[in-house]
Amino acid sequence: MDANPQTPLVEMKDISLAFGGLKAVDDASIDLFPGEVVGLLGHNGAGKSCLIKVLSGAYKRDSGHIYINGQEATINNPRDAKQYGIETVYQALALADNVDAASNLYLGRELRTRWGTLDDASMEAEARKVMGRLNPNFRRFKEPVIALSGGQRQSVAIARAIHFNARILIMDEPTAALGPAETAQVGELIKQLKAEGIGIFLISHDIHDVFDLADRVTVMKNGQIVGSGRVQDMTKDEVLGMIILGKCPPGAIPGPGAMAS
Amino acid sequence: MTSAASSATSTAPNDPAIRRFLRATEVDTRMLGMIGALALIWVGFNVYTQIQTGESLFLTPRNLWNLTVQTSSIAIMATGMVLVIVMRHIDLSVGSIIGFVSTIVGVTQVYLLPNYLGLDNPAIWILSVVIALAIGAAIGALNGALVAYVGIPAFIVTLGAQLFWRGAAWWVMTGQTIAPLDGRFALIGGGPRGSIGATWSWALAAVACVGIVLALYAGRQRRARFRFPQRPVWAEYLIGAVGCFVVLGATAIVNAYPWPERVAADYAQTNHIPVPEGGLFISTGYAIPVLIMLVVGFLMTFLARRTRFGRYVYATGGNPEAAELAGVNTKHITVLVFALMGLLAGVAACIDSARLDSATNALGQFDELYVIAAAVIGGTSLAGGVGTIYGAIIGAFVIQSLQSGMVLLGFDAAFQQMVVGVVLVGAVGIDTFYRRRTAKG
Repeated sequence: MDANPQTPLVEMKDISLAFGGLKAVDDASIDLFPGEVVGLLGHNGAGKSCLIKVLSGAYKRDSGHIYINGQEATINNPRDAKQYGIETVYQALALADNVDAASNLYLGRELRTRWGTLDDASMEAEARKVMGRLNPNFRRFKEPVIALSGGQRQSVAIARAIHFNARILIMDEPTAALGPAETAQVGELIKQLKAEGIGIFLISHDIHDVFDLADRVTVMKNGQIVGSGRVQDMTKDEVLGMIILGKCPPGAIPGPGAMAS
Repeated sequence: MTSAASSATSTAPNDPAIRRFLRATEVDTRMLGMIGALALIWVGFNVYTQIQTGESLFLTPRNLWNLTVQTSSIAIMATGMVLVIVMRHIDLSVGSIIGFVSTIVGVTQVYLLPNYLGLDNPAIWILSVVIALAIGAAIGALNGALVAYVGIPAFIVTLGAQLFWRGAAWWVMTGQTIAPLDGRFALIGGGPRGSIGATWSWALAAVACVGIVLALYAGRQRRARFRFPQRPVWAEYLIGAVGCFVVLGATAIVNAYPWPERVAADYAQTNHIPVPEGGLFISTGYAIPVLIMLVVGFLMTFLARRTRFGRYVYATGGNPEAAELAGVNTKHITVLVFALMGLLAGVAACIDSARLDSATNALGQFDELYVIAAAVIGGTSLAGGVGTIYGAIIGAFVIQSLQSGMVLLGFDAAFQQMVVGVVLVGAVGIDTFYRRRTAKG
């Protein structure tokens, strides 16, 4: 990272977030470069989702700074984050089950006609285009998304994230609800997006997924960063050691949460 | 194997002829069910009155005209209640809002405004209506703000509001009734003079028919532009024909109801018209409250389906968290929905007090229950996210038809309540059953 001359796409510095007395995120720093996939690993409750929700605007940080392309960014709610091209695919999919794919795709950013009414026809036409790119088998545009399969719903959620020129994509357990074939599909999609120069934070507790897709991994434990490093410099066992024990291997750069050696 | 397969394919085109018809016309089967239930109630009461009294009393122009007038205020509020319930909230205060707004209407028309504008100034009724709507909307917005920003459950907020505003109404009026109200204002309530007569009714019907045809044509054009699948042409013609038939039929019915003999005779005398043999026949036509209901229904449907606000209401009801994460300001939407409900209660208050030509603090008591029942019978799900405006209006007609029919038959008031209660629970029971089956299939 020090060797990389580029400015990072995202740099989160010394972020802290507490709920009451519980420190969910404790002085965590993380960065992401264009066209890079950074895996964020840790146990349930390690603080990875909380850290990333600070970036997506769902939580407001208590302290710390966020830089986008080297410029300090003000992110206080999901709308602010979208202004910076930060899009999120949430763990629980975050779709409104009772409306159709096009309405979900455009939720919060509806296309409107000259008279200010909803332009459903244009939205559906656009939705057909995007979904044709992501998931050519998708046909059910008129039905509420509750009628769709897990993979189809996931492709709607991802379509929503990338359709609006996202530069930074956050995927929180994108494959948790999916079968093997659909997981492979999401993997392909991540490679495609990466090739387009989008930076991706991939949050997962499946270490295999992350090793297949990520360039770097950062491990969190008890709200702190244990360390981060390039995938090729570490073994899966070493990363497991980071997750479980907080032991930072020689191939990674230790963070404040690393076990004293 | 082959025989089983061929029989499966051969039954497929045969068996769902109805389903193919429904798909071609894109008609909502739930709506068909509700209309069927309504028709059953109407025919049932008609037969029952025929058996009991020897003449059909229910399906007469007079009763149907009255039914539309009686339904209008509940139906108007039910369209707002749909959005409240879709947002996973409830509003128990609408009946009390009617009572309070009604007292304000009475006081402004009779005691306050005449002091400044002079008696019989036409501005009086207009101003009093504006004040009534503003107060209704403000009370609703206060409910909404308490729900959205303070985080008190809507049930509690509106239960408190129900007590508070009913008490406030009594406090303003100290139990008196103010009557009569402004003569022009009373026209909002309907009655022979509060109706638009045959000519205007036919004119409106013609406009509505042209509107139906244009809407179908525009919809077809839009689909063609984006190359979406089209309805077959015969289905378009059928929908257009049925729509126009309903409009023209309803108009013929309201026009077949004449002014009562005494009112007509009075009118003839003041205008020096000779009364022909067998009395003067003056068509009543559509009553003004019914027209208000139709306009409200149209506007609310537009709001729910074609505007960003409506989309947000439904999306929030479906998944509040997702809507929030997508950047929807759900709190703001909540306030707006409750304010809209209050505004519609204000409209209903004007209609109800105009109809009685008086203002009383007891007006609208228990209306909230009928309004919620109408919305729920019309297919609105208390789980949120699901409900239609036209469904709520049909639901209001179902409830009012039951009541009006039982009144015609001379049923006890106590018995009427029992029947409405059973129908409410039964309708939701059938609906739940139906939904579960369609979810499986």
